[in-house]
Amino acid sequence: MVSFLLKRLLQSIIVMLTVALIAFSMFQFVGDPINNMVGQDTTQVERDALKEKLGLNDPFIVQFGRFAWNAAQGDFGVSYKYKTPVSDLIFERMPATLELAFVSAILALVLGIPLGVYTALKRNGWLSKVIMTTSLVGVSLPTFLTGILLILFFGVILRWLPTFGRGDVVEIGSWATGFLTVSGLQSLILPSFTLALFQLTLIMRLVRAEMLEVLRTDFVKFAKARGLPDRSVHFKHALKNTLVPVITITGLQLGSLIAFAIITESVFQWPGMGLLFIQAVADVDIPIMAAYLVLIAFFFVLINMIVDILYYAVDPRLRSSDG
Amino acid sequence: MQLGGFVTDRLIFLGTMNIGRFDKMKLRHGLMAAAAAATLAVSPLAQAETFKFAFQGNLSSLDPHSLNETFLLSSLNNVYEGLVLYDENLTIVPGLAESWETIEPTKWKFNLRKGVKYHDGSDFTAEDVVFSWQRALGEGSDQIARASKIKNIEVVDDHTIIIETPAPNPILTSDLVNIYIMDKGWSEKNNATKATSASDANSANYANLHSNGTGPFMVTEHKPDVKTIYKRFDGYWGSMKSNVTTVEFTPIKEAATRVAALISGELDLVYPVPVQDWKRLEEAKGVKPLAGPEARTIFLGMDQGRDELLHSNVKGKNPFKDIKVRQAFAHAINLEAIKKKVMRGAATPSGLMVAPQINGWQKELNTPYAYDPAKSKELLAAAGYPDGFEVTMDCPNNRYVNDEKICQAVVSMLAKVGVKIDLLAQPKSKYFGKVLATGGYDTSFYLLGWTPGTMDTENVLSSLLMCQNKEEKKGMFNLGNYCNPKVDELAAKVGSETDQTKRNAMIAEAFKLVQDEVGYLPLHQQPLSWGASDRVTVNQRADNQLDFRYVVVNK
Repeated sequence: MVSFLLKRLLQSIIVMLTVALIAFSMFQFVGDPINNMVGQDTTQVERDALKEKLGLNDPFIVQFGRFAWNAAQGDFGVSYKYKTPVSDLIFERMPATLELAFVSAILALVLGIPLGVYTALKRNGWLSKVIMTTSLVGVSLPTFLTGILLILFFGVILRWLPTFGRGDVVEIGSWATGFLTVSGLQSLILPSFTLALFQLTLIMRLVRAEMLEVLRTDFVKFAKARGLPDRSVHFKHALKNTLVPVITITGLQLGSLIAFAIITESVFQWPGMGLLFIQAVADVDIPIMAAYLVLIAFFFVLINMIVDILYYAVDPRLRSSDG
Repeated sequence: MQLGGFVTDRLIFLGTMNIGRFDKMKLRHGLMAAAAAATLAVSPLAQAETFKFAFQGNLSSLDPHSLNETFLLSSLNNVYEGLVLYDENLTIVPGLAESWETIEPTKWKFNLRKGVKYHDGSDFTAEDVVFSWQRALGEGSDQIARASKIKNIEVVDDHTIIIETPAPNPILTSDLVNIYIMDKGWSEKNNATKATSASDANSANYANLHSNGTGPFMVTEHKPDVKTIYKRFDGYWGSMKSNVTTVEFTPIKEAATRVAALISGELDLVYPVPVQDWKRLEEAKGVKPLAGPEARTIFLGMDQGRDELLHSNVKGKNPFKDIKVRQAFAHAINLEAIKKKVMRGAATPSGLMVAPQINGWQKELNTPYAYDPAKSKELLAAAGYPDGFEVTMDCPNNRYVNDEKICQAVVSMLAKVGVKIDLLAQPKSKYFGKVLATGGYDTSFYLLGWTPGTMDTENVLSSLLMCQNKEEKKGMFNLGNYCNPKVDELAAKVGSETDQTKRNAMIAEAFKLVQDEVGYLPLHQQPLSWGASDRVTVNQRADNQLDFRYVVVNK
């Protein structure tokens, strides 16, 4: 077990270093950060001096080495644009993104599983067909468009929900939460639904497929033959057996919810990490971009590792091959 | 508590109504109206003093010397002030200086305002002016260009100073507008005597996230890129039109979200609004587009410096060095069509490199080159390019109003006279990194926009029209290196001539030379495009700045 963990840890470090290296090599192509840091009247001499001071004239590998060394010590540098430490900026924004991702994941599960069960049971019902078709439309619309359409309908036409932002937040320690105010909760609805839509459809289709398979198995037929009520067969026997892959997928998808919140966040001006990142791309704020990408890589690595460890604990075959 | 009483009153009033079958319907409507009124009452929007606005970019710092950028200077001018201020029409009016006079061509005496308090209650004195100038001139500052227009500041007494300039400078006050004054004591106490800079290793500069100015508003909350809240400063020395007590700023990057937030009534003002959305705002209730001419001139530039163009199929020579080719380009571009099709009628075609709001604008010279494709073809043939040639055009796609679309229009217009343009439209970071000095002026043909920071022609002459000269820091944004020694000579004189009539004559002469030689191809002044709720009256200044002093919430 220990050697397995160590191996995984080593692999994780390599993954993160690779991500950082790829990210860094891409920064050479995003443009000139200096022009975003000074006004039009700033002379060339001052621009050159700033560039030299930031170390942007050093060779790529030196810049990367410096970044990796500092990052290993927890120092992600200072944002070019905001002139504040990047770690402060990211940690300030993290609650917004995590809350959004969390609510989206819950939404996707709470709506996805019942819908999946329903469409599996009433395979030929008209409502199932409607749900399946709508879900196709929902999944094929780009997030950006879904978001804008929702804003138009619920924000502009009906005026039920706010069109942007996070509403009022309450600070608990350093964690700013939107869960405790009315406007905070209202503001969550549209963006979390937009973000959840894809996962929702995914989970629904997964549950449906698994259910259809399980319903054909002998033990379900036997349960029915024993005369057990439908409700008990469907939910106790069948659904339970479909949930294993659903949980795995949901866990893994949590990483992508956090990572792909970028578009949702920029449509709704949701002040999370993704918005910070997309703004940083426009401003060529290299320290923020680098830190964000490494952090996202870290999330993925972490979630994957947890899932791996869970497998290891659950599946005895892995253990025996190891020993 | 108040809210509860309000609703009950309404219900009692309704209760006395005659309740029949028909009236029950009415009652329900009445209840809904009461509920709606109640929501309005809780919503801060209904408190007539809060003003909420959004801009596409963010307020990157509260340090007034950290970045020479329009939005930052515009926002912070409500918090900090210079010795002089702009009024709603961009006329210079007394600010922290009550009056001034030129005692020698290079010496100006300023009488500072007495009784001015900073937000923390300390007094404004001459020492603060000297301190702020040195800070603006020092390490990390992005206002060095402005601050270096001052050679020395002599303190006569607490409220009198003498500013010495390196050379006679008729437009010194235009530079003073944006050198904001900070309190020396406050800055020293908080270890913020240097301007905030990203290259600062321990850059936890206090002034980056905190402020203490003399302006009518103080920042009470500032979360970079999330929200900034300003509260009215009761101890402000001046009087103002505004009745606003709280200003809430949110950056909203996506134009569609910005416009939706305005229409839904969550915001009172958003800018910029895409020109394409004007119709939507006109049709929507309670909001309107605010359009006006901006002082920014959009123009095309051509590489006239190199002996061979970097990006063209013409080898061994530079076609733009031939005046006939430049004339041919000028006559091939249809400014009216760009105005009508690309800018939805909202641009002002221009023959000059400056806008009418800029000091030194010449009305007689503002006629654009005539649109005449036939003549253009003839000129190209006469220059030895009967079948045209190929050249790459650099264009930003997120900097100016419809920048990429303008470039596309230019490409198709030039195609009609046989010139094949390879369009390279990129985000501004990439674009500026390529075409500016840092990228080695890597361009053959480009689109650029310019608002002189001083609102004076001199800035345009020295930045865009003078020959590139690294040592003297002239022509640094003359990307194509248009160069005429006569223009240089005139521009230098304009910089120090204090007689306005003589100065104007020299400006006119310089512009005439550039125009006759087709040094540049001016296109238009782009429109300012804001969207505002009917709740508020704002002043849309031609330099695209929002001054809270002129924001009035209508009652």
